[in-house]
Amino acid sequence: MLGILRQKVGAGSSSAMILGQSLQRIRPAASGLRNYASAAKEMTVRDALNSALDEEMSADPKVFLMGEEVGEYQGAYKISKGLLDKYGPERVLDTPITEAGFTGIGVGAAYYGLKPIIEFMTFNFSMQARVPPRSSHSAIDHIINSAAKSNYMSAGQINVPLVFRGPNGAAAGVGAQHSQCYAAWFASCPGLKVLSPYSSEDARGLLKAAIRDPDPVVFLENELLYGESFPVSAEALDSSFCLPIGKAKIEREGKDVTITAFSKMVGYALKAADILAKEGISAEVINLRSIRPLDRATINASVRKTNRLVTVEEGFPQHGVGAEICTSVIEESFGYLDAPVERISGADVPMPYAANLERMAVPQVEDIVRGAKRACYRAVPLAATA
Amino acid sequence: MALWTRKSVNVVNHVVSRVGFLGMINQSSWPHSFYRKHPISDACARNLKNPVTDFVNTPAHFPFRRFESTKAETQSDTLHDFDANQQVLDFPGGKVTFSSELRFISGSPEERVHCYRVLDDNGQIITGSTYVQVNKEVALKMYSDMVTLQMMDTIFYEAQRQGRVSFYLTTVGEEAINIASAAALTIDDLIFPQYREPGVLLWRGFTLQEFANQCFGNKADYGKGRQMPIHYGSNKHNYFTVSSTIATQIPHAVGAAYSLKMDKRDACVVTYFGDGGTSEGDFHAALNFAAVRDAPVIFICRNNGWAISTPTSDQFRSDGVVVRGQAYGIRSIRVDGNDALALYSAVHTARNIAIREHRPILIEALTYRVGHHSTSDDSTKYRPAEEIEWWRLARDPVTRFRKWIESNDWWNAEVESELRNSVRKQMLQAIQVAEKVEKPPIADVFTDVYDVPPSNLVEQEKLLRETIKRYPKDYPSDVPV
Ligand SMILES: Cc1ncc(C[n+]2csc(CCOP(=O)(O)OP(=O)(O)O)c2C)c(N)n1
Ligand SMILES: [Mg+2]
Repeated sequence: MLGILRQKVGAGSSSAMILGQSLQRIRPAASGLRNYASAAKEMTVRDALNSALDEEMSADPKVFLMGEEVGEYQGAYKISKGLLDKYGPERVLDTPITEAGFTGIGVGAAYYGLKPIIEFMTFNFSMQARVPPRSSHSAIDHIINSAAKSNYMSAGQINVPLVFRGPNGAAAGVGAQHSQCYAAWFASCPGLKVLSPYSSEDARGLLKAAIRDPDPVVFLENELLYGESFPVSAEALDSSFCLPIGKAKIEREGKDVTITAFSKMVGYALKAADILAKEGISAEVINLRSIRPLDRATINASVRKTNRLVTVEEGFPQHGVGAEICTSVIEESFGYLDAPVERISGADVPMPYAANLERMAVPQVEDIVRGAKRACYRAVPLAATA
Repeated sequence: MALWTRKSVNVVNHVVSRVGFLGMINQSSWPHSFYRKHPISDACARNLKNPVTDFVNTPAHFPFRRFESTKAETQSDTLHDFDANQQVLDFPGGKVTFSSELRFISGSPEERVHCYRVLDDNGQIITGSTYVQVNKEVALKMYSDMVTLQMMDTIFYEAQRQGRVSFYLTTVGEEAINIASAAALTIDDLIFPQYREPGVLLWRGFTLQEFANQCFGNKADYGKGRQMPIHYGSNKHNYFTVSSTIATQIPHAVGAAYSLKMDKRDACVVTYFGDGGTSEGDFHAALNFAAVRDAPVIFICRNNGWAISTPTSDQFRSDGVVVRGQAYGIRSIRVDGNDALALYSAVHTARNIAIREHRPILIEALTYRVGHHSTSDDSTKYRPAEEIEWWRLARDPVTRFRKWIESNDWWNAEVESELRNSVRKQMLQAIQVAEKVEKPPIADVFTDVYDVPPSNLVEQEKLLRETIKRYPKDYPSDVPV
């Protein structure tokens, strides 16, 4: 069973750990997604997150980390490696398996002066939910009903400086209950800030910003990116480095079509842009970085330039991040659009387990390429084929 | 407490030397984490035998328990070295005695956990009771605040019936829990309330005007008119804003206690909740975490028999709430919730333990919700009127306490009527003023969503102001723009 599971999980996934079946770690194979000039220093997303945690914990004694397996085990994904030894068990807390409990406890600690970082083994467990008829009561209850609303309800008397972080979205071979993207859920709630890093620079800069921020931040990582290496500038390696919340990054400039993406999908969008370039289409790729606040200005400015938009996300289509971006563009830049907006998203089904079906259920590079071509009238629109 | 001793004697009597189940367990297949658990501390074990004396005498005990791999190895060895002739198993968590009797622990005890009280029904101190002294000044403030609370409830309740506020909820019958517990604490202790504990705020100096401002949601309300009536909160009084979602305050309290502990502050956290709240997962998570992390927090359960229309018999089958504290390894006590002196003594002692020993305490106060659940409820539909009347009259905590202060010659009918007249005047005045104060301005719709408003909120606010300017007739005139 164990062997089979591990094989299915394939190169590099450590999701098996969450299922409690594998204690052995497999180092992710280096991803062939991107090629970089070898001059710059490289860093994995895991090390970027780990160093950001370390630096912020060292800078501010109020910061502490809490979650399942974060201490002795150093995190299900080794993000908290070395932190227990360095900061001791008072600041790196292994909790009982009670997501609703430690989320609430983290909120209480933030109410009274501490700056907790709550690690979820996956954001799927942030739902840990029993839903009685009147109000959902779970970890997400504490995120939505306590963390997001307390500052407002107390009229600024109780602010909640904390970070909820952990892997979000589809991993590989872990099925429906470990593979959902919650970006749209959290991003629909005022009072929260929602960040989702792609590269190591994003991971460092955004996590540090999240920890320093006075408001509650939901920080959505991606398990499949943890082992991936990215070049990092000297500036990004400095302990003072921090990225602004609410600002998107133009990863690649282009003039024919705008592609928005976040987290792992940024890599796919960049790959799609490479392919499109060979066919003479110049794609601009926007890495959203911040899902709430959403950088409407950057998105709209780009669309006004390219006149075409493709949104990409792994989550479900309905009420998703793409839907929100589409509305924003229709409200602010309708007259600039030369083609219908293309929305690339996960299939509208719970994640299947079988590898072949799983692949079909999440966006692939070729889906983005085709979407961009349709937007540029270089392919037949989907509606016409129906 | 007799119950405890008897049970442990039973267990010892039935010890036999045969080993049964252990042979079936393959030790190497046990998860590593199994050995990480810590043995029950001596102080704790002693307490199991005699909670009452240890309440007063336990030495400060607060080692930070951290797993060390060497210790774990020793423990696993002892499992291997197990001697079949021995009658105990050295197991993570402490020694376990064997028994050859196939016997399940009863789900209900032969006798329910006793209820601590000091004042009898006539307000006289029961001879031989152990309690913490309350001086005249404190006793009179306690009594005055209980009366004030009762009168505030009556008048706000009436105001709701007259349609002047949208909602209200009284504390009638639970005045002693409110006031006596507050009296045993200091202002530095943080309060995480449910919603039936406004008396704690009153004790701390929150004025009738401040209560009225909140209920009327005016500009002077510390919540900027954002929450329904009775959701009080005040930083100045270390009273965290009432949270509507049942039981969420319990883990919050533990988190805050953890924060206090890290700051090494000479204070504890106190959280209140009802019998209904103990059915939420939050209650269990919070108790467990507080126990494991040694958080200085006092859990006060107001077991008032009802959660809206749900009686406690539908809420749990355990002997109330006190036994749950024990199940989580938390020192616990059951107290007569209508006996102000007993509550004062229990909370006072609990506070000392929580702060000196850095550990959680659970107090279950037996009481009764004499009022309807709220102004949206008519409780005569689901409970007999005689039951309500009996608790309202025969077991009224305020009258009982008054009898005690009168028997000390600290109080008489004359001062009583002076107090009542003065409170009534202040209340009517507070309501009149609160009604006249302006409502919160438009800007307050948008502030505090975040520490600093992001651009989309700034835009929304601008848009709203422009719309109001363009269509003034469509907007209420009493909202300051
Ligand atoms: C999570 C949640 N579920 C349900 C409710 C609805 N509700 C409000 S008060 C209440 C009863 C609570 O009873 P108890 O804890 O015994 O407190 P009491 O009212 O008796 O003081 C319920 C079920 C709620 N506010 N929050
Ligand atoms: Mg109740």
